[in-house]
Amino acid sequence: MTSPIRVLVAKPGLDGHDRGAKVIARALRDAGMEVIYTGLRQTPEMIVSAALEEDVQVIGLSILSGAHNAIVPRVIELLREKGMSDVLVVVGGIIPDEDAAQLKQKHGVAAVFQPGASLEEIAEFIRSAARQPV
Amino acid sequence: MKPFAAPPAATGRKFETLSGIPVEPWYGPEHVSGLPPLPAPGEFPYTRGIHRTMYQGRLWTMRQFSGFATPEETNQRYLYLLSQGQTGLSVAFDLPTLMGVDADHPSAEGEVGQCGVSVSSLEDMEILFRGIPLKDVTVSMTINSPAPILYAMYLAVAEKQGADWNELSGTLQNDILKEYIAQKEYLYPPRPSMRLAVDVIEFSARQTPRYNPISISGYHIREAGSTAVQELAFTLRDGIEYVDWTLERGLPVDAFAPRLSFFFNAHNHFFEEIAKYRAARRMWAHIMRDRFGASDERSWKLRFHAQTAGCSLSWQQPYNNVIRTAIQALAGVLGGTQSLHTNSLDEAYALPSEHAVTIALRTQQVIAYESGVTAAADPLGGSYYLEWLTGEVERKAREYISRIDAMGGMITAIEQNFPQREIAEASYRYQKEVEQGERVIVGVNRFSSDEEEQIELLEIDQSAAHRQQEKLAALRRRRSQTRMQEALDRLKKAAEGSQNTLPCILDAVKAYATAGEIAGAFRDVFGSWQENSVL
Repeated sequence: MTSPIRVLVAKPGLDGHDRGAKVIARALRDAGMEVIYTGLRQTPEMIVSAALEEDVQVIGLSILSGAHNAIVPRVIELLREKGMSDVLVVVGGIIPDEDAAQLKQKHGVAAVFQPGASLEEIAEFIRSAARQPV
Repeated sequence: MKPFAAPPAATGRKFETLSGIPVEPWYGPEHVSGLPPLPAPGEFPYTRGIHRTMYQGRLWTMRQFSGFATPEETNQRYLYLLSQGQTGLSVAFDLPTLMGVDADHPSAEGEVGQCGVSVSSLEDMEILFRGIPLKDVTVSMTINSPAPILYAMYLAVAEKQGADWNELSGTLQNDILKEYIAQKEYLYPPRPSMRLAVDVIEFSARQTPRYNPISISGYHIREAGSTAVQELAFTLRDGIEYVDWTLERGLPVDAFAPRLSFFFNAHNHFFEEIAKYRAARRMWAHIMRDRFGASDERSWKLRFHAQTAGCSLSWQQPYNNVIRTAIQALAGVLGGTQSLHTNSLDEAYALPSEHAVTIALRTQQVIAYESGVTAAADPLGGSYYLEWLTGEVERKAREYISRIDAMGGMITAIEQNFPQREIAEASYRYQKEVEQGERVIVGVNRFSSDEEEQIELLEIDQSAAHRQQEKLAALRRRRSQTRMQEALDRLKKAAEGSQNTLPCILDAVKAYATAGEIAGAFRDVFGSWQENSVL
């Protein structure tokens, strides 16, 4: 039996609107994954260190405030510095198309889920794209 | 041949309200026979509205929540909105301002001017209201943890404009409880935060008697995923908590209760929303008269602002949002709102463009001037269905209020994560229903199309942050450091004691201490707050 995928759901930045992050966390848990929710106002440093400590295969960032261009590249850079580039990074929230393309192509974000994305689609993507836990 | 195909499943046509109240195919006199009598509009308990003549007397205030980038740019938007027939202003602040963080603080990176206007100092506030006489234009400010600071800045600007504080009218959100419950923009632990909220209520009762020092808000509770019943119950229970705390301060109930105001969501289930507003008025009137012994009629009347549901807007087929908003706004009006914000069609994407916000304002104007619904007060009153539903919503909300009373009040309930958990449950349940197609969102989980509708979006100039930071650096060089520091020291002393902090905040603001510096002084005394997140 394979062990479940471990996912860190994180809410970076100053924004406190955590409805989406919480719904996703529960949906992924219901889909059989192990989910760690960081709570609010996590800096990129806090997120990456939690990811390391919790030994996750996936980081899900929920950002609705427009601060994604400042935050997401920083998380990815820190992962690289720590030799954790194999951790899958997905982003959900209000991310304009051009920014989503940029985050994927230039920064290596695996997927960006915009409003209206289904919970099933997100869980399915993570299941297919995440590295299997050892 | 199959005898009969199974009847088409009623997929997505769920005959229950958004709060899960099942709805019969029709209603008659037997459904309302047990309900209390229904006095005329303007009569206790105001189920049918707080005014006898309602909109024949005066229309609601059309107040679009607005703010972005720098105070200079937002000031231009305000002047535009006022020139287009808007009748009041409503300030949207950016996240750093909402969190008591200055525009030049590292944690503000990427957030300055994004979700609202950046205001770090009195100078920013002066620019924001340039050319707008505060004695004539009512201003609503959506700010909570730093509310006393922004209120002080507003008073200082009014004073500079030569306005008499007695003339000022407008609303400060100043509702910290719903921050712990739903929106999560808090700075200090709940109890010192409550003290600051009450400082504002007390100061305002004495110094700005026409101003609403608090807007007790269900809007954000609903946006966080609650049901209509939860929105109503938690909001009124928050109201009870503020009244309890202000009474403890020594103010007689009728000295402040007439200036308590409310803010509700206008969501999708048309009749449940109208029922919610009617139940809210009836419940509050009884709470104020029977629970608190208020004797001034004005203390019994629940006045509210309504905003259409941001969380109901779709990213797909954004033009559908115009229709959603129109129906929601109509519910607010038929429910007897005192002021209204209509969302713009592009708000699932960004802050609204000028074009989109104009359509949103026109939506209100069409309802107000063309539809005819403003003629008679509470035009749906007496409908078997609506009266029954008003009773159901009230009954369920009362149950919640009793549970929170039994816990020892809202602060304890929050500390035990009770409302947070109820909301999280409701929002997850709702999302699963959408996912399974039991709840239809047109253009999202049904009637979707591959064709993308392109809309023009407002882009926030990334140089806004830079301009704010430069202005702030210049201010920090220019102001008297000694005067500012002395004011902050006095403020800390006041915070450590039990006196009202507002006079000291005013001094600090006038000495051009920044919002971040003042919030920081409070943090030194009160500490900060991290919630124990529940899923």
